[in-house]
Amino acid sequence: MSILVNKNTRVICQGFTGGQGTLHSEQAIAYGTQMVGGVSPGKGGTSHLDKPVFNTVREAVDETGANASVIYVPAAFCRDSILEAMDAGIELIVCITEGIPTLDMLKVKARLDLTSQRLIGPNCPGVITPGECKIGIMPGDIHLPGRVGVVSRSGTLTYEAVKQTTDKGFGQSSCVGIGGDPIPGSHFIDILEEFEKDSETEAIVMVGEIGGTAEEEAAEFIKSNVTKPIVGYIAGVTAPPGKRMGHAGAIIAGGKGTAAEKFASLESAGVKTVESLADIGDALAEITGW
Amino acid sequence: MNLHEYQSKQLFAEYGLPVSKGKAVDTAEDAVKAAEELGGSRWVCKVQVHAGGRGKAGGVKVVDSLDEVRGFAERWVDQRLVTIQTDEDGQPVSKIFVEECTDIEKELYLGAVIDRSSRRVVVMASTEGGVEIEKVAEETPEKILRAVIDPYVGAQPYQGTELGYQLGLTPGQVREFSSIFVNLMNLFHECDCSLVEINPLVVNTEGHVHCLDAKINVDSNSLYRQGSIRDMNDPSQEDPRESEADGYGLNYVALDGSIGCMVNGAGLAMGTMDLVKLHGGNPANFLDVGGAASKETVAEAFKIILSDENVRAVLINIFGGIVSCATIAEGIIAAVTEVGVEVPVVVRFEGNNAVVGSKILADSGLNIVAATSLVDAAEKAVQAAGDSQ
Repeated sequence: MSILVNKNTRVICQGFTGGQGTLHSEQAIAYGTQMVGGVSPGKGGTSHLDKPVFNTVREAVDETGANASVIYVPAAFCRDSILEAMDAGIELIVCITEGIPTLDMLKVKARLDLTSQRLIGPNCPGVITPGECKIGIMPGDIHLPGRVGVVSRSGTLTYEAVKQTTDKGFGQSSCVGIGGDPIPGSHFIDILEEFEKDSETEAIVMVGEIGGTAEEEAAEFIKSNVTKPIVGYIAGVTAPPGKRMGHAGAIIAGGKGTAAEKFASLESAGVKTVESLADIGDALAEITGW
Repeated sequence: MNLHEYQSKQLFAEYGLPVSKGKAVDTAEDAVKAAEELGGSRWVCKVQVHAGGRGKAGGVKVVDSLDEVRGFAERWVDQRLVTIQTDEDGQPVSKIFVEECTDIEKELYLGAVIDRSSRRVVVMASTEGGVEIEKVAEETPEKILRAVIDPYVGAQPYQGTELGYQLGLTPGQVREFSSIFVNLMNLFHECDCSLVEINPLVVNTEGHVHCLDAKINVDSNSLYRQGSIRDMNDPSQEDPRESEADGYGLNYVALDGSIGCMVNGAGLAMGTMDLVKLHGGNPANFLDVGGAASKETVAEAFKIILSDENVRAVLINIFGGIVSCATIAEGIIAAVTEVGVEVPVVVRFEGNNAVVGSKILADSGLNIVAATSLVDAAEKAVQAAGDSQ
């Protein structure tokens, strides 16, 4: 097993014929992802990267049986694209795009809360089950099929965690970038719950950062719901208050959302925390005895 | 993006919220003219800066004569205001806002934010106006009243009515308050705000509810569809390096250390700063070159980092995902050759084209220190900056 995606996941790409859609679909196909087509309104009936192009998601789902979609359309059109994918019945929607207005995500999230569909992102690297399915912009070759579940708010920090677990030979069951926006489609809790249920995931790496209270909420959830060992890291100890650190969601506002608070919450939930991002692999070895 | 009070009040007026008449001016002469045009014999003069705590810092004054208006403006035009929310250099005074004076009977608070944890716009109101609301929330949380806005239905008048009665207003004032509440929420949604605040919202001596202050933050991600608000941006209120970086699609935040950092990805950029600190150094900045970094943006990033005279070493940490380490290497060489870098540069490459990138740097003959790991990079940078406190 794994979480969210595997070799049977049938993926379409929204924004398929654009620059980003093309580049990353090519890489996904090369990785072995079952890309079954794409959507680019106005280009339906043509083919791109040897896959069929459709005008609408609904048409793509009807024709290909797709159950996952990855979105590379510009931020201004993402609310529409995500809702289109939801209405077409896509089970897993992964939105890579950065810069979506927060009030758009508020509306999307309110709709999402009424369904069992899952949105990963936006402003994220995507989801990968090593050796089976890669949806997103992460470099495939740093991954190794294995037993660590990785969940993170940051793209390149995910890669650091992945590399360390690969270097140690532990490998990853699945890796999920939930994204750096203030209103993400999925929170830590949603992904931790999946990892806890997944028989292939034996330990979890959780990478958080300053801003909001998602890590604190995750800590509460971990206390009574997660039995697997977790290594936690929080970026932004040196971030000044009131400044947005690149990610829309990475800001200490009104004295809340500091790294210190998040570290403390995770520790109180029994999570093994590391102050240095270079220590993630070693800490995993320590708590698992691998 | 933050707006000035006078800009926020323009928007308030457009949305039917009661604000005083006022005018934002640049000179002492215009300040006097504005006061004359407004009429009466008392005015409030307020410096316009992107920072709170203006009153205590002397940036807000009630004046009784045109001479005082002139005196206030002469004192503050082209000066900087230091408040508890600014650094020691303060913020440059952008304009002087001259406003009609309001006689206050009662000070209230009304604000709204996007609450990340409930994923809703949440309105807060309190009888404790005119003071720091964070303090009220901490010390007497029961005095903060809340209303949650449904993202699809929007704010409803009854929610304003409920809050108004809870605030102890008279039925007439409750009607005014409820209308302010609905109009403020329309503004919040239509202008893509991330925060609005009226502190204080007052009941004046005539018994009417009135917006005495106005603060608006707009979601920067929405500026593509908020053209007229985007035009209100005042770059004088930002660190010039941050504005410049923004123009190149770079995310830069100035800090006060000595190790300049160039990293791809916001999370890794923070993680790298933390690592520098952990190894005894101090980061001079946060800089995310982003996923679409080109040779040119890397060179610009270098120039911005080096424009900080405190920088004694530069640490470049790249985990190539989309971005190729070879591209970054070419950017580094271009910058080092073009601007002449005097300080040591430590580079750690990982991921996409890391080996090629390292070879390009090694073959360049430039004085660049290659690091073999994250920790090695941090240690070498701290050592190079002579920073081991």
